[in-house]
Amino acid sequence: MSRSTPPIVRIGWLAWPLAPRLVLAVLAGAAASGAAIGLTASSAWLISRASERPPILTLMIAITGVRFFGVSRGAFRYAERLLAHDAAFRVLARLRGRVYQRLERLAPAGLAEFQSGDLLSRLVDDVDGLADLWLRVLLPYFVAGVAATVTVACIWYLAPVAGAVLAGTLLFVAFGIPFFTIAIARRGERAISGVRGEMAAATVELLAGAPEIMVAGATDARLRDLDSLDLRLAEAEARTSAGAGVGALLSGLSSGAAVWFGLIAGVAALRAGSLGGVVLAVVVLTPIAVHEAASGLVSAAQHLPGLAVMAGRVTDVLARPDPVAEPHDPQPLPPRPYGLRCRGLRARYPGAPGDALALPPVDLGAGERLLVTGPSGSGKSTLAAILVGFLAPSAGAVELVGPGGSVDIGRLTGDDLRRAVCLCEQDPHVFDTSLVENVRLARPSATNAEIAAALDAAQLTAWVSSLPLGLETLVGEHGALLSGGQRQRLSLARALLADAPIVIFDEPTEHIDEATATALTADLLAATAGRTVVMITHRPELIASASWAARVDLGAGPT
Amino acid sequence: MATAILAVAQAWLLATVITSAFQAGAGLGDAGLSTALAALAGVLSARAVIAWGQEYVARRCSASVKSSLRMRLLRSSASRSAARGPVAGSGEVAARSGEVAALATRGLDALDAYFARYLPQLVLAGIVPFTVIVCLATADLVAAGTVALTVPLIPIFMVLIGSATEHRRRRRWNALARLSGHFLDVVAGLPTLRVFGRAEAQLGRLERVTDDYRRESLATLRVAFLSAFALELAATISVALVAVGVGLRLVDGSLDLHTGLFCVILAPEAYLPLRQLGASFHASEEGLAAAAAAFAIIEEGGAAEGAGSPAAAAAAAAAAAAPVSVPDMRGAEVRVESVTVRQHGRELEAPSAASLTLRSGEVTGVAGPSGSGKSSLVDVILGLRLADAGHVVVAPAEGEPVDVAAFDPAEWHRCVSWVPQLPYCFPGSIADNVRLAAPNATDEAVDAALSSVGLGELDPRSRLGEGGSGVSSGQRRRIGVARALLRDAPILILDEPTAGLDELAEAAVLQAVQAAARTGGRAVLLIAHRPAALSIADRVVTVSSRSTGARS
Repeated sequence: MSRSTPPIVRIGWLAWPLAPRLVLAVLAGAAASGAAIGLTASSAWLISRASERPPILTLMIAITGVRFFGVSRGAFRYAERLLAHDAAFRVLARLRGRVYQRLERLAPAGLAEFQSGDLLSRLVDDVDGLADLWLRVLLPYFVAGVAATVTVACIWYLAPVAGAVLAGTLLFVAFGIPFFTIAIARRGERAISGVRGEMAAATVELLAGAPEIMVAGATDARLRDLDSLDLRLAEAEARTSAGAGVGALLSGLSSGAAVWFGLIAGVAALRAGSLGGVVLAVVVLTPIAVHEAASGLVSAAQHLPGLAVMAGRVTDVLARPDPVAEPHDPQPLPPRPYGLRCRGLRARYPGAPGDALALPPVDLGAGERLLVTGPSGSGKSTLAAILVGFLAPSAGAVELVGPGGSVDIGRLTGDDLRRAVCLCEQDPHVFDTSLVENVRLARPSATNAEIAAALDAAQLTAWVSSLPLGLETLVGEHGALLSGGQRQRLSLARALLADAPIVIFDEPTEHIDEATATALTADLLAATAGRTVVMITHRPELIASASWAARVDLGAGPT
Repeated sequence: MATAILAVAQAWLLATVITSAFQAGAGLGDAGLSTALAALAGVLSARAVIAWGQEYVARRCSASVKSSLRMRLLRSSASRSAARGPVAGSGEVAARSGEVAALATRGLDALDAYFARYLPQLVLAGIVPFTVIVCLATADLVAAGTVALTVPLIPIFMVLIGSATEHRRRRRWNALARLSGHFLDVVAGLPTLRVFGRAEAQLGRLERVTDDYRRESLATLRVAFLSAFALELAATISVALVAVGVGLRLVDGSLDLHTGLFCVILAPEAYLPLRQLGASFHASEEGLAAAAAAFAIIEEGGAAEGAGSPAAAAAAAAAAAAPVSVPDMRGAEVRVESVTVRQHGRELEAPSAASLTLRSGEVTGVAGPSGSGKSSLVDVILGLRLADAGHVVVAPAEGEPVDVAAFDPAEWHRCVSWVPQLPYCFPGSIADNVRLAAPNATDEAVDAALSSVGLGELDPRSRLGEGGSGVSSGQRRRIGVARALLRDAPILILDEPTAGLDELAEAAVLQAVQAAARTGGRAVLLIAHRPAALSIADRVVTVSSRSTGARS
């Protein structure tokens, strides 16, 4: 699929493996519509023929047909609905998986500008909303297409002019009306998607900052800001209402036209002798049933512009380049333990004017400790991102130096690299689950005893045993029940549990009071004795007890 | 009503034209036929115009209803997030910000279907079948009887099956909200997951959650669609019965063709609004669920008071009834007297019996290990939560001390500037953000506040993105400090304002804080870990927690 393919087509194509299920749903839907149309047509024929008072036996086929159509329509419709929803949900699961797989490659360096409120809106809403593409747009069109084609062919056979009129009005309903209504609603819909995202982001922020805003006495002012956002949203919504109404108007008119012109054509054909009187009612009444079946297409097509915008945003995420390319020819991890060798290391974020990091040469033997200091903005966290393979350096190289030889980290797969190098992040994420699960994710096979040992080394045991539920305590959204220091300790426990030969600490004593920080650092270094450690901090004086094999001061950052 | 009359007229005119052409052999030139055709054209156009008006009006109503609901929802959840009382019991899930955001945007959109489709159809479903049956009765009693017997069956089916799906419907909405929260949680934690090589494993979990959602939804839909099935079955079978009955009576001559056609064309019109009602009913269910969720949050908003100590609770209750006005703060002291806060869900008091006094012109440092309740203590002083024991009083230079819980919160907050650990930043200029608590401050004052915390090099006009993107977290903290300094409040509370700052920035912030006390005459409470920060304090109070658990 080429780059120029519209996003909505590329998203639509994702469902290809589920085509058999979708075809089944279309067939069931076409059968249901066909039954409804057949009921009208066979009733019309039955009444007309009966008025000629023939022997009752000649009506038996029509009577059976009427009854069959009457019973089968509901059953077919039920089957169609279930099949269609099942298929749509499966498509959704696929779509979510694809988006997640992409994000997994991009985070965190490739997703820097995303914020949680907007992420929520973009990914959850857009991805969920895209399920409508199949359920509410493609399926109705295919169903109506099959049912209408068969019906038009039959009417055409009976009265060509009426058939032509019906074909024309149906095509207008399927494509002409959506063209008009979409043109009217397009601007409004686009505004809705954008404003809706702003609204979601603003809501999340407002709630996160609510206490401070209240104390600042600014609650009303911030709500006024949201009020104007809300007004824009409501206005955008009101604009689409005229479009929706026009759709109903035009489809009523075209259904009426099909009946009216069908009637005239039928009467004319009857006079000309080309149409039997008995089928006149069939020719006139069937268009009502077909148009009723096709009337859903107008509202179905209304979904398209919104879906196209969503698809555009989702494919935009899918199409981002990887911040780090996996090596074509990955090398295996050499035997442990490892030291580190860095030469000429520089890094630059995409679009940034200058380098974010310039590292002097570093040689660190296995089991030695490196202290990296420097003020905010000197590239300390950038260095951490490079060492765990979240970001590719713009120049220079990092090598793992083992007893059996060394390897450039760019030649390792990301997963292998992170088995060798573990990062204790500056702002670790705490998942909305239990405490024990939050630690266990570092090594799912860990026993409870191992987890307890890791927590002990991170000085969390006393706190954990003060919790009524202990390790099973749920920590709440983004670790809401944990203080800043406790989050750091949790992250340390994870790092210890992961048991990598190289451990990087990105400002571990941030948010922790001085006495605890000093003790913690000592424990930390004791717990990681024998491992290679890179300690990044701007508070080196707290760690006086440690003996450093090397120190790097990043100074004021690269110039 | 017009819709019903037009439907009858349409059926009558169609039957007339078909009959006269088929039986009387009338051509297009005949006067009677062309009059009927002209009338039919009018009727068909009128139906289309009415359909437009109905949809248009309904959509506009829906937009304004959603707007008012959305703002009430936000107002109420904002006040609830601000009051940090004990969280509700473990079973009850606190309304989470992501959930509220989903509800305020896409969730409420589900109401569109309710207003634009369900309500108008409900009215039509009441009028149209009745009108159709009356008109059928004038033509053919048997057909009218068939329709009259089956039409009432449909609402009965709908109610029977609808009540069975009610609790399933609720479960489905919960599943959607949980899914949204789970997806966000996983995506936000992606860097952490990648560090530990768990990101791919989460894909499986994500798929499992989505699949659970599919299964749960389908279980609901299987039952929900049953009512649509019953409805369609009843409608189409009775149309078939009418057609067959009319056909047989045409054969034996008891009915003429015109009446027969009229009945067959009109009968489906009796079921059409009910069928559409059934279809839109399922579409509107999510809208109703969303509205119910919104109302639940709106109603909880008022009832977010915590338990608190009896004295504080009494003071708060009195404040709610008749708030005491804040006394003259000049020369007043703020006394924290043995304040204890029990942490929800843990057998822990943090802080435990904390006492300190804030005086104008002085910096009071607060230290203590993490988790010892320093931030909770600030919440009590701010009146954001109630102390479980002890109280915070304002002692004016002259007059009796007053419990802060008794104050009108808005009036009390005008006396306090507060810098939380991670200050709030909203999309807008840096100057707008600094002006949050002092909207009328001049540009010069904003510049001065920014330079006093060492942010003089930032352009106040440059814009911040969502979540304060565009500045580092250290700069964000300093914007919070500048904001608090800009507001001329007698009390200044700073919660670790220098965390994450380098020495230079820290020195600037501390100097500004010290100046606020010395020359500005403010009473400053400074929470800090580091000796450098605490060195500017006139005295340092150490806060500690106490475990109350019997657990070993």
